[in-house]
Order: sequence, then C-alpha cells, then structure tokens
Amino acid sequence: MPSKAAIATDRATPKAGFGLTAGAWFAVLFLNLPILFIVLYGFTTDEQSYSFPPPGLTTKWFGVIIGRADFWHALWLSVSVAFIAMIAALILGTLAAAAMYRFKFFGQEVVTLLILLPIALPGIVTGISLRAAFDLADIPFSYWTIVMGHATFCIVVVYNNAIARLRRSSPGLIEASMDLGANSVQTFRHVILPNLATALLAGGMLAFALSFDEIIVTTFTAGQQTTLPIWMFRELVRPHQRPVTNVAAIIVMVITFGPILLAYYLTRDTQDVAGSGK
Amino acid sequence: MTAATAIAPQGPSLTSRLSTYFYLRPKLLLMLFLLPPLLWLGIVYVGSLFALLAQSFFQLDDFTGQVIYQPTLGNYARLFSEVNLSIIGRTLGMATIVTIISGVIAFPIAYYMARYASGKTKALFYVAVMLPLWSNYLVRVYSWRLILAKEGAIHWAFDAIGLGWLLDAILTLPVVEGSSLSTSYIGTCVTFVYIWLPYMILPLQAALERVPRSFIEASSDLGARPSQTFRKVIFPLAVPGIAAGSIFTFSLTLGDYIIPQLIGSSRPFIGQAVYQFQGTAGDIPMAAAFAMAPIVIMAVYLSIAKRFGAFDAL
Repeated sequence: MPSKAAIATDRATPKAGFGLTAGAWFAVLFLNLPILFIVLYGFTTDEQSYSFPPPGLTTKWFGVIIGRADFWHALWLSVSVAFIAMIAALILGTLAAAAMYRFKFFGQEVVTLLILLPIALPGIVTGISLRAAFDLADIPFSYWTIVMGHATFCIVVVYNNAIARLRRSSPGLIEASMDLGANSVQTFRHVILPNLATALLAGGMLAFALSFDEIIVTTFTAGQQTTLPIWMFRELVRPHQRPVTNVAAIIVMVITFGPILLAYYLTRDTQDVAGSGK
Repeated sequence: MTAATAIAPQGPSLTSRLSTYFYLRPKLLLMLFLLPPLLWLGIVYVGSLFALLAQSFFQLDDFTGQVIYQPTLGNYARLFSEVNLSIIGRTLGMATIVTIISGVIAFPIAYYMARYASGKTKALFYVAVMLPLWSNYLVRVYSWRLILAKEGAIHWAFDAIGLGWLLDAILTLPVVEGSSLSTSYIGTCVTFVYIWLPYMILPLQAALERVPRSFIEASSDLGARPSQTFRKVIFPLAVPGIAAGSIFTFSLTLGDYIIPQLIGSSRPFIGQAVYQFQGTAGDIPMAAAFAMAPIVIMAVYLSIAKRFGAFDAL
C-alpha cells in the first residue's frame, strides 16, 4: 500500500533525504576543497616544500609572475592552439552532427564509434599514435602538430552538444517552416541555427577548455614547444619558486570562471527548447 | 499584390534553387556533411592508429639506436614478460577500483542535481562540478600531492585529532603500503577519483534528468514505494549514464602517466611505460607495442559498455 507520504515525495517539488543531501555535499566539498589549497599555497611564503599550515602569507608571487616572460609566452601559445582547435572542432563536429541527425545511412554506427574513439581510448594512445605517424611520415613537430592532436579529441565535444540539441528540438518546427514556404537554406538560417547556437557556443567553450588544459597528448606532439600545461609541469618539478605555479593556476581559474557560468546558462534549459512540447 | 510578392518572390532565388538542388540529391548533401569530419578522423586519427600498429612490429637496434624497419614480433614477446604483465595488471586493477569509487561518489550528487536542486542551488552545483574540470589539471594533481604528503593537511589533521596512529596502521597494510599517503596506492587512487569524478557525474546527471517525471508518478500511482520506484524505474534508466561515465573514468585512468608519476609508489603504470619507452629510451616501436594493451582492453570494455546503452548517453 502506498502511504500518503510516499506519494507526496514523488510530487512536483520533492525533498531529498538526509543521506542523499549529505552525499551530494560531500562530493561538492571533495571536488572543491583541493582548489582552496591551490589558492592558499599561492600565498605561502614557503617556496620549497609546501608545509601545512603555511608558515606565512605573502602576495609577492603575483609580482613574480608578471615578470616571467616564459609564462606569458606559454599562456599565449595555449590560448592560440585552443582557439584554432576549437574552430576546427566546431566546423567538423557540427557537420558530423548534421549528417548523423538528418540522415539514416549504412555504417552510421561505425561513424559514431569513429567520432567517439578519440576520447574513448586513453589519451596516451592518441599521443603515441600521432608520434608514431609523425615519425613514419617524417613530419617535424610544429604548432600545427599540436593543433592536429587537439582538434581530433575536441570534435566529439562539439558533436555531442550539437546532436543532443538537434535530437531534443522538435521536427515539427522544421516541418512548420517548410509548410510556411521557407526553403531548406532559410529553414536552416532562421529555425535550426538559432536553436543550435547556444549548444554550439557551449560545445565550443568545452572544446577550448579541453585543449587549453591538455598535457597527455601534447607532450607527444609538441616537440620543444611549451604550452601552458607543459610550462607548469616543468615549474612543478623545479625545486624553487613553486608558488608561482599556483598563482598561474589562480589566474587561469579567474579567467575561465565566467565562461563556465555562461555555458551553464546557455544549456540549462535544454529540455524546454522551443517546440519540444514535453 | 505587394503582400504576395513578399511571401513568394518571383523567380526562384539562389538559395531556393540551392535548396531544391540538394533536396533532389540527398546523397550529395550527406557526402558534403560527412566527408570533412570523416576525412579528418580517418586520416589523422585512424591513420595514426595504423602507423602505431605498423611501428609496433618494427624493432630498435640496441647498438645503433636506429629503428629497423623489418616486421618482427620481438616487441610483443617483450610485452608478455612478467614485469610488463604486472604493469598492465596493476593499471587494470587501479582503473577498475577508480571507476567503482567514482560511481559511488557520483551517484548521490548527480541524483540530487537532477531531481531535487533547482534555480540557484542547481547553478551552484553545476559550477561546483565544472570548476575543478576547468582549473588546471596539473595543479589539481599537485595540490593532492601537497594535501597527502607527510607534512600536508591530511596527516596534519589526523595528528591533530590524535588519530595519527590509525593512519600509520593503514599505511602498513599490504598492497597499500607507503611511508605517507602521497607515496601509497591510496594516494594515487584518491587523486584519480578526484580528477575524473566530473566525467562520471555529468553523463549520469544527464541520464537521470532524462527520466520523465510522468514515469515516476506512474510508478507511485501504481503503488510502488519510493525505494521501489528508485530500484525498478530510476536506476535502470540511469545505467546508460553510469556506463558512459565509466568509459571516461576507466579509459582516462588506463592512459594517465602524470598522476602515478607525481603521487604513489614508484611502481609504474601503462602510461608511464609508454612514455618512458618513447621518451628516455627513444624506442617508439616498443612504446607502440605497449600502447596496444590499453587499446585491446578498451575494445573489450567499449563492447561491454555499449550493451548497457553507454553510447546513447555520452
């Protein structure tokens, strides 16, 4: 027999049990407390060992990083690689999503697998494969070898966002547009694209972030070039001025916080996309 | 008359002619859409995988340090040595444990986000999951090394509440043994879980969000208790999300070489072996043969995950 309470909890605004709430907040703390440590150690006066609690606090590391040309160089390289990889991923990912949504064709499953494979296989496989290919084909390391690696695993992020949005938007909208006399170019321009735009923006930003932070594949394709993650890795294993790396991380976090919020607001209402009617 | 021209302009415009052209030739349009991504992935990615396979059959000449381009199974014979098999086994075990723990920690928060949080709380949770994903991977790994180190926060906290002996006792257990958390398997495992957790939470939350409210109401209307509804309706619908998330946690653990290098005992994982063979040793063929291990493991894993509907929840 269902009790009244049982029915009530399943109604529109349910309340979570204590265990569930505790579990959820545990995950939040687990995910974010270490970030506080990153910030804390950006201010420590201890430049070698990072003891806890820190012996003293200082802001001098922020001054140090401004004078570090190698940091700004690495930051710029990473931004520019991530931007180009994002553009390539946006074009290729959207095209793939359009083909997969619009058509049913032989071998569709194979294509899905092919798109997913670069993130389904460990990054080291992508890295060593590209390295093996560059070695066989005698391609020297360059800016473009980094971009090639990054674009490959960024396609899937854009593809996923785009196809999810396409599947959720109602086919009725497209039919209505055609019934009202729009041709398919107009339908694309005035109906599909506005519907897809926020998903593409969110997918693009995720692709950017993924590329910006990548080190596993990059070490195999960068040669002597220093992207920001590679710069950080070198700094971390150096025995002095360690807090500089933390300050670099804080700067990156502050810069990326805005886009995360934006991506969220752009995609959160996906179940209420116009015309979904559910 | 003017209204009529506005709705239907005289003579087909370029766009409508284009539209008709492709409408009559859907296969051409499909090719136009599909060809660029297929060419890219086919040449850059699959091409590289074949290069990897080819390299794995070559061998490095020990004396000259040059690669001999003649097919041999020598690398694979070395791959099946006891040392290398134990590296593969160790990585596989770690990936399994990390995946299970990630699932257990991710479920409550994903479920809470999908069903109970709304408005500001939901935004907060979302940012809480995404912020770690967006902050620098290396620094997050390193911050765990600091937290787990002998002079770090966790050892400090255990000592402060007088439980230092308990931590020391745990660290003397077989398998996990280490002089501090940052040099034991526990440290490696915690860090892996921490780094990959968002990849488990996001698809799981998306899968839970897709469970129609009407299903849950129908279940309770038909007399199911909330726990029954959870077991028989909600959980089965969340399985594809778990399977999708587990692909990431499993695969990412399998191939990472930074985390076990910075945190844990010095015993190597697959990623480190591949990295060292290609880097310090300059032995790309052996690195290629070693990289076949995670590929084969993931092929098996993906075929299992696919049965649970993982590919529809990615």
